[in-house]
Amino acid sequence: MGVNPDLQGRTYPPTEPYVVGREKIREFAAAVQATHPAHTDLAAARDLGYADLVAPPTFLVTLAQRAEAAVVADPDAGIDFSRVVHADERFTHRRPAVAGDELLGATTVESVKSLGGHTMVTTATEITTTGGEAVSTVRSTLLVRGEDA
Amino acid sequence: MTELSKGDSIGSTTVTLTRADLVRYAGASGDFNPIHWSESTARSVDLPGVIAHGMLTMGAAVQLVTDWCGDPGAILDYQTRFSAMVPVDEAGGATLTVSGKVGKIDDDAGTVRIDLSVTDAGHGDAKVLTKAQAVVRVSEGTAA
Repeated sequence: MGVNPDLQGRTYPPTEPYVVGREKIREFAAAVQATHPAHTDLAAARDLGYADLVAPPTFLVTLAQRAEAAVVADPDAGIDFSRVVHADERFTHRRPAVAGDELLGATTVESVKSLGGHTMVTTATEITTTGGEAVSTVRSTLLVRGEDA
Repeated sequence: MTELSKGDSIGSTTVTLTRADLVRYAGASGDFNPIHWSESTARSVDLPGVIAHGMLTMGAAVQLVTDWCGDPGAILDYQTRFSAMVPVDEAGGATLTVSGKVGKIDDDAGTVRIDLSVTDAGHGDAKVLTKAQAVVRVSEGTAA
């Protein structure tokens, strides 16, 4: 079974609320070798004008991948995860996520394109606060390898 | 930032990744795909061995931009394509070379685009990220 082309335009319900924690920011920053003190030291973050510890630029992948999982899990999608390769990723931030934010991620399938036996599935996950403030958009493209490729 | 010109270097740095770094990133990100920690699983799907998460390479490479601009929250947009896998040897790990240069200056928006180059020294300087671009706010801008 191939990827269902009708997936394009489909929006999935948002994730459960995700509370950005200071220790999670510190843990993620250490994992990506992000050494700026605003990720770990509250005074340094506040000196830059932020309310709390600042998440590294790619931190929201943690929430975005939870939201994107709804697409792969959709029995109607026809995506075999063992054939998936991550092709590209993009973060567009209105503001950085900071500790204390309570966020939701809702994924829409922007496009489904066939390419030489493979399929490129591009999703856009809108990250908002539970209060409705837009925070970031996370775009991701998965390349689903064809059965014969 | 008027002294900046397109093509100016913002410097370069080296990122080293070990198997332990991959496990740490798996835990921090929640991406437990076994191709990033299990040699036998990686080989069973025709990979040369355990490979780094693309998102780990992307996340680590942007530190050069943060060091340059001094504020991780000033990075408004960051994108890349993943163009080569990064095998992480059990003994020797992987060593990536990251360099950046000014790709575009937008005075109206008050932003500068930094174009990153990320290559894998242990594998023929393979270009592991393509179109890796970070848009950084450097001033309030002049747009109405």
